[in-house]
Amino acid sequence: MDQITARIITNEKLTEEIYQLVFYSPELIEQKPVPGQFLHVRVSEHLEPLLRRPISIHDIDHHLMQCTLIYRVGGKGTQFLREKREGDSLDILGPLGNGFPMEEINEGEQVVLLGGGVGIPPLYYLAKELVKKEIPLTILLGYNSKEHSFLIKKFSQVGEVNIATMDGTEGIKGTVVDLITDYLNEKLLQTGSTFYACGPTPMLKAIQNEWLDTPINGYLSLEERMGCGIGACYGCVIKVDTMIDPKGYKKICQEGPVFSFREVLL
Amino acid sequence: MSGNRLKVQLGNLELQNPIMPASGCFGFGREYSQLYDLSQLGAVIVKATTLESRLGNNTPRLAETPAGMLNSIGLQNPGVNAVIEEELPWLEQFHVPIIVNVAGTMTEDYVEVAERISKAKGVSMIELNISCPNVKCGGITFGTDPQTAYDLTKAVKEASQVPVFVKLSPNVTDIVAMAKAVEEAGADGLSMINTLIGMRFDLKTKKPILANQVGGLSGPAIKPVALRMIYEVYKQVSIPIIGMGGISSAEDVAEFFLAGASAVAIGTANFVDPYVMPKIINDLPRVLNQMGVEKIADLTGEGWNLI
Repeated sequence: MDQITARIITNEKLTEEIYQLVFYSPELIEQKPVPGQFLHVRVSEHLEPLLRRPISIHDIDHHLMQCTLIYRVGGKGTQFLREKREGDSLDILGPLGNGFPMEEINEGEQVVLLGGGVGIPPLYYLAKELVKKEIPLTILLGYNSKEHSFLIKKFSQVGEVNIATMDGTEGIKGTVVDLITDYLNEKLLQTGSTFYACGPTPMLKAIQNEWLDTPINGYLSLEERMGCGIGACYGCVIKVDTMIDPKGYKKICQEGPVFSFREVLL
Repeated sequence: MSGNRLKVQLGNLELQNPIMPASGCFGFGREYSQLYDLSQLGAVIVKATTLESRLGNNTPRLAETPAGMLNSIGLQNPGVNAVIEEELPWLEQFHVPIIVNVAGTMTEDYVEVAERISKAKGVSMIELNISCPNVKCGGITFGTDPQTAYDLTKAVKEASQVPVFVKLSPNVTDIVAMAKAVEEAGADGLSMINTLIGMRFDLKTKKPILANQVGGLSGPAIKPVALRMIYEVYKQVSIPIIGMGGISSAEDVAEFFLAGASAVAIGTANFVDPYVMPKIINDLPRVLNQMGVEKIADLTGEGWNLI
C-alpha cells in the first residue's frame, strides 16, 4: 500500500445515484491490486468531510494502467467525489485489505457470485479473474428496481446472470436470496462449490443462514465506516466467532474486508 | 542543522523532535511502519494497554463530524502481557522513545500494568490514561475528580520505574485543579487534551450513530479548546506538557508550543494524511524561520510572555 496521487480520466453517472470513476495510476497498478481490495479515497482537500472514504476496486486495466471505482452518492463525502472532473487529481491510499481467496477453486467447481446494490461492482474484477481460470460463473444480482440497475450487460459477458429487483421491474421480484433456487442449490452441493457475496448486511446475513449448514464454501465482503483504513485505529471491526478467533473482533480494513462466511457474526 | 533546532526535553527525556502519534491513533506502530521509517519520529505513544485483553465496544465505533470525528473504540487491546511480549520488542528496533498509555478499571490494575510495563525494555515513559470517555468503569471517572486523580497518580507513580505523564480529560469544569492535583501527586508531566464527549444521531433510525451512544470528539474541531486548556494550565504547573487536539500542520504545532506545550502528539490527522507526521517534521524549520525562532523549544509558553 501507499498514498498515491492519481489522475482522473472520467467520472460519470451510471444511474441516478451510482457513479463510475476511472483514473490513471501506474503506481497503483504496479502494486498489483487483487479483486476484493479497496482504496481509501480523500474526497476533499478541506476539513470537511475530514475522513477518507473506502471504495472497492471495480476493475483494473493493466494495459492502460487504469483503475475503475463505482460508488453510490449518499452522504457529503461522495457528493464531493461526484464533482471531480477529468484531469483532476485523486488522493488514494491503497491497495488495502485482503482480496477474495481464489486459490482453492478446483476445476469443474461451481462458483456463484452474489451482489446487492453498490456491493455489486467489486465482483466484476473477481469475475474477470475467475473467467481467466475458465471457471463457469453463476451471477446473482439484486437491485431496488430496473431504474436502479447497472453493470448487467458487463456481467452478462462473463457468466450466467440472474436478476432480482425489489419491485419486480427487472428479473424476479425479491432479493438476491430469492434467486437461490432448489436447482442451484442441488448443483452447488453436487459439485462442491464456492460463493462470493457483497452487499448490504441483511443480504449477507440471509446468505449466511441459507448455506451455514451445508458444505458450501464462501466469502463475504463487508462494509463499515473507517478511520485510518489500515488497521491502526480499531474503528471498523466485525464480531467473529470466538471459537475461531479468541480476540472476538476482527478489523475489517486490515483483516478483511473479505471474510469466510462462517467466521463473522453479522 | 535542523536536527538541533527541533530537539525538545520532556523532563530528563530528550526527543530529537517534538512529534509523536497520539495514543489510539497509531495502534502499536506496525501499520504506519509500512509507509515510513518510524525512527524519524520524536517518540511513539502506543495504544492504551490494560491488564487483561479488551474486546472494545460494539459497532459503529466511528462517526464523522464537522472538521472532526467521534470514536468509541472502548480500549480494544491485547492486554499487557501481549504488549510486552509481542509489540514492544518489535517497536524497539526504531530506537525512538516508547511511551505506553496505561488504562484500567481500578487502582489495582492501573498499578499492576504500570509496574510491569515500566520494567519492559525500551519503555521511556508511561502516559496515564485517566480520561478515556468510552469505558463504563475507570477511565474518565478517575479524570474528573481531583482527589481521585491525585490518589491514582500517586499509586501509579510509586509503582512505575519510568516517568509518568498524566493524560487529562477536557470534560471537566476546572482543568487547572486537575493539573495541579496530579502534579502534587508526583506526575512528571501532562498530556492534554483527551477527546471531548460528543454525540451524533442518524435521521433514518432516529438513534445515536455510535453503538456506545457517546464518543470522543477529536480532529481540528477541538484545537481551540486544547489550546485554551494548555494555556490555562501552563502557568499554574511546573511540569512539561505534551499538547494534542486537532494538530494537522507545522503551524498548528507552533501554536501549541506558544500555548505552553513542550512536545505534541498527532492523532486524527494521521487518518487523513498517513504521512502527516514526517511531513510536519520536515516543515517545522520553515515555520520556525518565518517566526524568526532558532529552536522550537524556545517557543514553549511564549504566548504568555507578550501579555
